[in-house]
Amino acid sequence: MEYFLIIIAAIFVNNIVLSQFLGICPFLGVSNKLSTASGMSMAVCFVITLATLVTWLINRYFLLPEGIFGVDLTFLRTIAFILVIASLVQMVEIVLKKISPSLYQALGIFLPLITTNCAVLGVAIDVVTKQFTFGGEAHYLNLGETMVYAFATSLGYGLAMVIFAGLREHLALNNIPKSFRGVPIALITVGILALAFMGFSGMVK
Amino acid sequence: MKRFRLILDGLVKNNPTFVLILGMCPTLATTTSAINGLSMGLATLFVLTLSNMAISAIAPVVPDKVHIPAYIVVIATFVTLIQFLMQAFTPGMYETLGLFIPLIVVNCIILGRAEAFASKNGILDSACDGLGVGLGFTAALTVLGAVRELLGGGSVFGLQLWSADYGMLAFVMAPGAFLCLGYLMVLFNKIAKKEK
Repeated sequence: MEYFLIIIAAIFVNNIVLSQFLGICPFLGVSNKLSTASGMSMAVCFVITLATLVTWLINRYFLLPEGIFGVDLTFLRTIAFILVIASLVQMVEIVLKKISPSLYQALGIFLPLITTNCAVLGVAIDVVTKQFTFGGEAHYLNLGETMVYAFATSLGYGLAMVIFAGLREHLALNNIPKSFRGVPIALITVGILALAFMGFSGMVK
Repeated sequence: MKRFRLILDGLVKNNPTFVLILGMCPTLATTTSAINGLSMGLATLFVLTLSNMAISAIAPVVPDKVHIPAYIVVIATFVTLIQFLMQAFTPGMYETLGLFIPLIVVNCIILGRAEAFASKNGILDSACDGLGVGLGFTAALTVLGAVRELLGGGSVFGLQLWSADYGMLAFVMAPGAFLCLGYLMVLFNKIAKKEK
């Protein structure tokens, strides 16, 4: 039951793009076409889940005072996490190229871009610093909850991305005033989309 | 004179928010009020100026293959620094901005300026460029914060202009951020680029 609540909360209530403002740059950048948008969300989904797993373990076993070094190294968190994510993205790229060339082809340019997607670092830092409630008492997430949360969050990212790409494909066909063209009209559209997603707030506390 | 030009360019011609459209996440997330926007802008300004200087100093000796990781480590160091400074001197603001202070690391403005400017220019020029772009970012965030605070709660910088009862709460929340930024960009396009 708790896992179900986590999934609903992460996808709809606290949608990572529309209510937490993470990963906006690629959200605006590659949402022109439905096909590229779904490719990007797949890549992000993959990296967020993997990166959160690795950074959670690093935080638990190396950085926290209860870890194997026995000293508080949490001040290294930002540097350690961004390095891990950058090298992870590189590694995923190399491995994918070897074992699944077709998926590698499909993700193409999006893979290296993910390093600077703040959604990845954002989720990784969020799950180790924030206490979540999800119906019960406030607590830090354990590994299982973290994985479910990370995966559901990235699904939420994909959902927002695909909806928005669909809207944008229609926008491109319309005659829009010159000052509104490009990013401004996109932002206003996201605003209205976010307004719709606000309807979910309060569903899961 | 040339350096003054660099600063001015960052403010208007290369304004990171309205023209280059970089660093959208902190722009949208932290501008719930004018003072929050201003603080986020200043924190980014601090990191941007120092990282620009450091990167322009180390750029000639960093091998080309590892330049991005090297730059990211430099940036992450300064971000950790500002994190500690804010935690010590402005703990309230540190709590408010929360996650978005460590996320300055992945703000594309900073890596963008490092790649496009600091790695090719001298230390002083890079400092001016960082200062200019940082000021442009700060100005944009403060304006956006002020507009949202005014529409959402009827105040600017905490100064109550009309009763908060007339405020539209949606403007302080997520949708208002997107809408306000969208319309401000339209306004900027109209005024600065003289479009019809």
